[in-house]
Amino acid sequence: MNQPNKGFSIREMIETNKKKKYSTTNVFDKVMPFLLFLSAFVSVVTTVGIAFTLGFELFKFFERVPVAEFLGSTEWYPLSADQRFGVWALVMGTLQITVIAMIVAVPLGLASAIYLSEYASERARTILKPILEVLAGVPTIVFGFFALSFVTPILQALIPGLQIYNALSPGIVVGIMIIPMIASISEDSMSAVPKKIRDGALGLGATRLEVAIKVVMPAALSGIIASIVLGMSRAIGETMIVTIAGGSQPNFEFNPLNAIQTMTAYIVQIAKGDAGYGTIEYYSIYAVGALLFIFTLVMNLFANWVTRRFREEY
Amino acid sequence: MALPNSEFKNTKNLMDRASVSQRIKRRLQLNEIFKYVFLAGLVFALLVLSTLIYDVVSKGGGWVNLDFLRNFPSRRPEQAGLYPALIGSLWLMMLIVPMVFIVGVGAAIYLEEYAPKNRVTSFIEVNISNLAGVPSIVFGLLGLTIFVRIMELGNSIMAGALTLGLMSLPIVIVASQEALRSVKMELRHASLALGASKWQTTFNVVLPSAIPGIITGIILAVSRAIGETAPLIMVGAATFISTTPSSVFSDFTALPIQIYNWTSRPQAEFQNLAAAGIIVLMTMLIIMNSAAIYIRNKYTNRH
Amino acid sequence: MMKQKELKGDHEVNTTTTQPNETVMQKDSAYVVNNLNLWYGDDQALIDVNLDIKKNEVTAIIGPSGCGKSTFIKTLNRMVELVPSVRTNGEILYHGRNIFDRDYKVEDLRTSVGMVFQQPNPFPKSVYDNVAYGPRTHGIKNKKVLDEIVERSLRGAAIWDEVKDRLNENAYGLSGGQQQRLCIARTLAIEPDVILMDEPTSALDPISTLKVEELVQELKEQYSIIIVTHNMQQAARVSDKTAFFLNGEVVEFDATDKIFSNPTDKRTEDYISGRFG
Repeated sequence: MNQPNKGFSIREMIETNKKKKYSTTNVFDKVMPFLLFLSAFVSVVTTVGIAFTLGFELFKFFERVPVAEFLGSTEWYPLSADQRFGVWALVMGTLQITVIAMIVAVPLGLASAIYLSEYASERARTILKPILEVLAGVPTIVFGFFALSFVTPILQALIPGLQIYNALSPGIVVGIMIIPMIASISEDSMSAVPKKIRDGALGLGATRLEVAIKVVMPAALSGIIASIVLGMSRAIGETMIVTIAGGSQPNFEFNPLNAIQTMTAYIVQIAKGDAGYGTIEYYSIYAVGALLFIFTLVMNLFANWVTRRFREEY
Repeated sequence: MALPNSEFKNTKNLMDRASVSQRIKRRLQLNEIFKYVFLAGLVFALLVLSTLIYDVVSKGGGWVNLDFLRNFPSRRPEQAGLYPALIGSLWLMMLIVPMVFIVGVGAAIYLEEYAPKNRVTSFIEVNISNLAGVPSIVFGLLGLTIFVRIMELGNSIMAGALTLGLMSLPIVIVASQEALRSVKMELRHASLALGASKWQTTFNVVLPSAIPGIITGIILAVSRAIGETAPLIMVGAATFISTTPSSVFSDFTALPIQIYNWTSRPQAEFQNLAAAGIIVLMTMLIIMNSAAIYIRNKYTNRH
Repeated sequence: MMKQKELKGDHEVNTTTTQPNETVMQKDSAYVVNNLNLWYGDDQALIDVNLDIKKNEVTAIIGPSGCGKSTFIKTLNRMVELVPSVRTNGEILYHGRNIFDRDYKVEDLRTSVGMVFQQPNPFPKSVYDNVAYGPRTHGIKNKKVLDEIVERSLRGAAIWDEVKDRLNENAYGLSGGQQQRLCIARTLAIEPDVILMDEPTSALDPISTLKVEELVQELKEQYSIIIVTHNMQQAARVSDKTAFFLNGEVVEFDATDKIFSNPTDKRTEDYISGRFG
């Protein structure tokens, strides 16, 4: 089909437009890459901001409280007349929560992952996976409420002598909160193991259980370990559940039946309190925050390293 | 080479029909048992979820009514409501969304379309993935120092929005990167071959195709931010407020803060109020997440 | 040092190194390629390519898999530079200018040289918006003008009757063959001088292939067409000149009739007769 006679020439129109050197297009082309880079750089600025904030105020704290006391003592009494700032009391609170949470989350999370990855049919997966996703989307304040108003009374009924504020109840609920994280990361890792490898084992007469335990899990181990480490990191950084249900009595004893205070709960307590800017108490939350940040950062980096280093290549 | 008799006998025993089928039976039994053990893990999660919903609804269901949504908090439980908290949360959403859209999507576009494969780029990406794992309370500390103090925004809703916005950035960036990545290379090539510049290609071809995924990511990120309590406590969200925000520099409160406040009161009625507040919060989240899923499904099946 | 052959009266065909701008061309050149070398990292993909491609002709590029024909055609509009490890050496003259010059904006080149790809790649937009994309990108905003351009281009691609009632429907609703013709219309909309086609029919059914081949014959009156094809019969059907590439080099470049009936180089003959490739 022939082109009809040209009433105007597209080429000429384009040429005219191109002659305009400072058209909006030209400006955008030159400027946008730089602006976009700045947006990406915001993340770096944020990290620097966190480091600067924590570091600066931490420094101010150590002007008044010796590092030796902070890292060496197990007594944390910031609000009493005789102030003590041994951070291990808070760390013990965080530790108790983390241990209990892991005891709950790891078996249940892995069990869910194994079931979803090795046993469940497609139909079952479409029904069951969303349950985990919904659980993952519940805000921590809701879990905090649940811990105090539902779990604690039940535990008190089961365990005589359990105080209303204790480590057991929030520990269990933090564990529940973490189940979806461990389950989904582990399940992703297990699903990435190719079908051929499973079929090979099944073809030799192995049961699904044996395939899951002896073939798939070892192959997916790096992802499973990463999920557990990330779960721990999340438990360490958890704030609201432990603030609401854990109490504000830092002590160095490992007794989940007693009240505790975690690092995160302490920070909240001071923030809500009357400690003004410039007081030791004010700076102490940055010291605790810095330690918290270091713990979670190390664990996250470790999880990333494990994933990268030991990932099976198929 | 003949095997010594005793060894030969042993192997024969191991592999004889009867003991093999016995072992198989046992292994299969174990398999069945464990299948249900593993399922129990999932069922436990379902159980917890149901219990939680039951607990919240039974304690708070009766307390959710129009007055509850319209009233201000009060020392008298019957008159208390969460109006300022609701408005505060909505304000936060409206401030956070444009922030994370511009910065988050901008960062994602840079990383996916413009960034060269060098160490600076890897450094930025590692940074983003680390930020995703930082506890929310540390963001609160950052917000307190930088936004409340240094930038002198005080305990304003702006400080709260900036803090939550920074916290949401990693999620938005990663989701947007995935959305951009899913746009096929051939489309970019088609645009470039027509003489379009890189920015024109990105803005006119890549971005429109990636928008559904980007919006889904933003909705999910913001719905998480709305449920956060700790950063807002750090930034000084008010626990008892008698006004709604009049500007971005006003004092404010938000749903999670109000719920926390009520949970901390000893009287039983306040626990009911807290539960009612949770119902309102969860309803908002369900609506937002459903919208995100709807958008994702509607636009993924396009071609 | 030039070798000349006289064929059918009015062509000069060079098969070895040419001095640029020296030859008196009886027919204008679309592209003059001089000593082009190209590397992907350390692998050399194009070795000392010299070609003089004439205007208003269909030039076919044939050769076995991996011979560099796709790389070559993508160099003509510098799309090959999207691969980060690419290095080039030599010059390609288009409208008298070396396209590798620092002050030759690549967008200008690509506005004047259109490309149709192996897999049809319409945008997930309406038929209208697909065709109007090029003109709009280059600043044409007037709706009436765009309407006319769209109709003209779709007619030029022999697809107007099939889509004129579906201009606002998503292009993905068209069949493969229609999508490819839409892509051709999209290219026509910016009125290029040259149209590059990289195996444009290899993903299409035979009927669509035929339609595209007919289109190519019509288009050559207005445009210069360079078409890469792995299908020798297609090259024989459609082109005026053919270049045979092997291992990154141009083995032979001559009138299509000659290449397919009486090739000079034995390797060409072996390829044509199917002894390899």
